[in-house]
Formats: sequence, structure tokens, C-alpha cells
Amino acid sequence: MADAIPLRARLAAKGLDGVTLLVLPAAALLLALFLYPFGYGLWLSFRPKDGSLLGNYARFFSDPFLYDTIFTTLALAVPVTIVNLLFAVPVAFRVRLMRHQRLLTTILVLPITLGTVLVAEGMLNYFGPQGWFTRALVSTGLFNASSIKLVHNYWGVFLSLLITGFPFTFLLTLSYVTGIDPGLEQAAATLGARAAERFRHVFLPLLVPGLAITFCLSFVQAYSVFPSAVLLGAPAGPTRVISIAAYQAAFEEYDYSLASAIAMIMGAVQLVVVVAVLALRNLFYRGPAAGAKG
Amino acid sequence: MSLLSSFKSLRLEGVSRDFGVVNALRDLTLEIKRGEFIALLGPSGCGKSTALNCIAGLLPTTRGQIMLDDKRIDTLPTEDRGFGMVFQNYALFPHMTVRANVGFGLKMRGVSKAEAAPRVEQAIRTVRLDTQAHKLPGHLSGGQQQRVAIARAIAIDPPLVLMDEPLSNLDAKLRLEMRQEIRRIHQSLGCITIYVTHDQDEALSLADRIVVLRDGTIRQVGAPEDLYARPAHLDVAEFMGFRTRIAGRVQAKDGNRVQLAVSGTTLDGVVQEALTGDAAIAAIRPDDLVPVAPDAHGIDGVVEAIEYRGRDFFGQARTKGGDELFFRSEQRLAPGASVRLGAEPHRVLVYPGA
Repeated sequence: MADAIPLRARLAAKGLDGVTLLVLPAAALLLALFLYPFGYGLWLSFRPKDGSLLGNYARFFSDPFLYDTIFTTLALAVPVTIVNLLFAVPVAFRVRLMRHQRLLTTILVLPITLGTVLVAEGMLNYFGPQGWFTRALVSTGLFNASSIKLVHNYWGVFLSLLITGFPFTFLLTLSYVTGIDPGLEQAAATLGARAAERFRHVFLPLLVPGLAITFCLSFVQAYSVFPSAVLLGAPAGPTRVISIAAYQAAFEEYDYSLASAIAMIMGAVQLVVVVAVLALRNLFYRGPAAGAKG
Repeated sequence: MSLLSSFKSLRLEGVSRDFGVVNALRDLTLEIKRGEFIALLGPSGCGKSTALNCIAGLLPTTRGQIMLDDKRIDTLPTEDRGFGMVFQNYALFPHMTVRANVGFGLKMRGVSKAEAAPRVEQAIRTVRLDTQAHKLPGHLSGGQQQRVAIARAIAIDPPLVLMDEPLSNLDAKLRLEMRQEIRRIHQSLGCITIYVTHDQDEALSLADRIVVLRDGTIRQVGAPEDLYARPAHLDVAEFMGFRTRIAGRVQAKDGNRVQLAVSGTTLDGVVQEALTGDAAIAAIRPDDLVPVAPDAHGIDGVVEAIEYRGRDFFGQARTKGGDELFFRSEQRLAPGASVRLGAEPHRVLVYPGA
């Protein structure tokens, strides 16, 4: 037909044009490096050595040495994330008002660039039995050397997750905090609200959605802890996190199927927590945090 | 609350505010009586918002005192001053309904729910938003949000309501409506309203007294009629719409009346600010400068632009000497045409020239 709209125009109207093709490399990469391995892992997890469909999952949930890792990891990741948020919010509130914000932000963000292994090594020296920190505490006379144990246990991993996770948590929190119109605080002040009330009635409700997202991202990061749990923790006991269990299954027992199943369980736990937090977020106001138009 | 029934006046005594080496506000001294509507008028950067923020407590003052009767208030934190403030961008709490926004101040003052509810409803009725009270601010139009901001500020029965260019984000029609609304609300409350604006029409129509600020200092304080008819300085005159300014030399002087020599002719006017020398500047409003007969006395110019205003035309012309003339015309004049313009001597204000 002479008056038919050309195919190209019809496709463009549906959002398909030359520019759309630029998505292809990324899509291919995603497919090859994420979707396929994930699908393969999921499939593999249902092909255990004993030949049954759910053998790996049955084994995981019947062996406390395996299923306890879920709670060990939760016991690390949840408190770390909460403490990080509790630290990040006040610091973000202060930094929001600072003129040399960028300098301080740079200093706080530095640990991200160091990597977990370097931080772990540093902590072993600093918090270890012969480290400065320990010796300084001992020299006060208030502690004796044997009562201070900050590495090779729960607290070692806790501290390292705190240090490596804080910059990330802080940066996210800062972006949410600065997104709130400072005029709202001034308005609340003119209406008689003291600082604590301004925080509780104005800032906090507007921050909750952002803090929920921050919590999720920080939590997922902390839940997949591995190097510091090995280097700074007690990987045989109190800090035997779920990623260690997966590692051992894969590279000590050479049971890739079980390792895949553990990875899937790990993902499922993270998903459950994230979905729960996001569901809670829906109970709060989620619109723009500025004073509407203007 | 109880302040409203008792207080008589607000006094600013030499209030100053520096930002580093910049004096944003210098020696602002002013007494405002209860019931007055004061407009702080000036171009952007003149210090009017700084003054308002100092009164509200959002900015600390560098020097000076602010007194509510005999009580010094500039040392109090914002939350203890109890003034209502309407912000330029409204600053409504986006997560609270209109009712919760309006009731916020009472809640913070610990007023019981039973006592607060009727006062909140009253404030909402005052701004005519009864049907919108359950909505979130994001679901309201700009004008409605503006009303919520006003209701929120007045719900606490403040002795002083501060408004920071509250109409600047609204369209022209809504601006006119809200202007009347603000005046009406002010009259119904009997408090002091301090209104910051850069729009002289707004200031003239709303205020009992206008304070013109420039570079952080008061240039003139007066009733709208005074400012409109007799601006004390050339910059105030410019701000009040005296758009035509012609430089000239004093030729004859008789008391207040002077005759200036300007671009090949003479111009009679009234001295507004003591002349220091020979040089003077005549300021005329476009409405007072009109085309006259070719043989009458007047200034010659060439029409550059003409603009239809409905009732008449607004014209722009230029003299041979390069002075710009802004005038009113009954007829549409063609650009490029010669025109002779004249003004009543008492409408020509004369200020010292450079």
C-alpha cells in the first residue's frame, strides 16, 4: 500500500529505533554473565550427587552445621546494617550543613577504595593482641590483655563490616538527607518544633523510604561477607557465614551442586529480608521530599 | 496566643546582619504597631529576605535588638518566638494532610486535640479550603498550597505573620485573588503582618506602610500614597515606576519649583531631594508623560516602540541626546515618528544628578 506507515516509523513509535540497539551489548553481557549462570546454578542445585531433586536442600536444612550459617550471617549482617544506619544518619545531618562537604565526603569514602582485604589486614595489626589499639587500652590499666579480643571472633568481622560498609551507607543516606527541602525544617521551627520534634515529625517520616532502600543495599552487601569472615573471624565457628559454607562445598568437597543450592538459599534469604523491608516502607509516605511545587 | 491579646508593637533597633564582609542588612530601625501591614520592598539582594529571616530567627542578627513590647526576642530560638511564617515555596510538609499541616503548630505547642481541632478547622475555613482538608499538599494546586501555608501560619494565632514573597510562584490572575485574600485575612486577625516583595504593585495594594530597602539600608518608609506620589530618592522613584529619567541642569529655582534645561528645551518640576549642585535628574511616570501639540512646550523624541495596553498605548521614545522617554498615548504612534511629550510640572520629580 502506498500510504502505509513505514515499518521503521511504526517501530519508532513503539520505542524501537536505532538508539535501542545500543542496549544490546549490555543485554548480551547481562544474559551471559548473570542470567545464564544464575539459571545454570538453579538447575545445578536440583541435580545433587544422590540423584534426587531436592537432595541438596534436604541436606542443607537437616544439617545444623549448614543451616545455622543462615542465622550466623543474619546475626552479623542485621546488627551491622542497623548500627551503620544509626551512625550514618547523624553524620549525614551534620555534613548536610557543612561548607567543605566534599572534603569530608572524600575522607569518609576512602575506605571503599581500599577493599575488604586491605582493611582486614590493617585491622589485624591495629586491633590484634600486639596492635596499637589493644596496647593502648592495656596501658590505661583498666583492661588486661586477655580480656580484649577484637579479632578472630564475631567482633572482628563486625568491626570490619562496619568500617567497609559505613561509607556506602553514609553516601546513600547523605543523598536522601540532602534531598529534603531545608525549608521544611525552618517551617517546622517557626511553628514551634524543637530540634528533636523536627527530626521526629518532619525528617524521619520523609527519610524512612530512603533509609529502607539504604538498609536493603547495605544488608545485601553485609550478608555476602566472605574475606573478612575468614581473615578476621573464626571461620570454623562463630563467624562461619553462609558464603563460607558455599565455598567449602564447592572447593573442599567439590560438590558444585550443593554449593549452588547454598548460593540459592543465600539469595532467597536476602530476597526475603529485602521484600519484608520494602513492604514495611509502603506503610510510610513515599512522595517527593520537597515542599511540592515552587 | 496570650501574646496576641497583650502586645502593642514590634521594634527593630539597629538590626544588622553581615555575611562575612558583606553587610546584608544595616541598622534597620523601625517600630511597627499592632494591626499594621508592613511591606518590605526592594530589588533582589536588597536585604529584605535577610530582614525577615532575622525577625523569624532563621538567621542570627549581627548587631541590634528586636523587641516585642519590652521583651527582647532576637536572642530567642525560632521555635520560641511563635511567629507565623509563609515561605516563598510554601514549605508544606509533604507527608501530612492539609489538616495535619495546619495543626502542626498547635500540636507542637502541646494544645490538646480537642482544643486544637476547632482552631484548625477555623484556620482552614479562613483560607476557604474546607473541602480539601483531607488531601496531601502534593494533590493541591499552587494557589491552594499557598492557602494551606497561610492557614498553617495563622493557626497558632501568632502576634506576627511573616510572608516571604508568597505570591511569586503563582500566575497573574491567582496573584490578584490571593492578594485580596491576604489583606482580608490580615484584617480579620489584627496581628502584624510583614510582607516581603519585589513587586511594588503588591506592596502598594496590600500595605499600610512600605519600607523600601536597597543594599541593606532603609531608603524610605511611608504610606503607599506617599511613596507613590513622593519618592524621597531617585532609586525609590525608579522602583515606584518613574521610568523616564532625564538628566539636566538647573536653570531657575523658586522654592521647591525648578526649571531644568534638558535636551534643547526646558522642563519644570518639583524638587524631591535637596539638590547639591547644578546637575539634576527629572523622573516622570509613563502615565504622566503624554504627547502634546507640536507647538506646545515639550521634549522632542523619536518613537521606538509602542505597545497596546487596552485603554491606551504605552510608548517608548528617545531624545536626540539619547535619553529614553516612556509615555502614555491615546493613539497608536508609528515607530520612527517624531513626538513631542509634555508633563504637568507637579508630576515631574527632580533629584540631584551626578
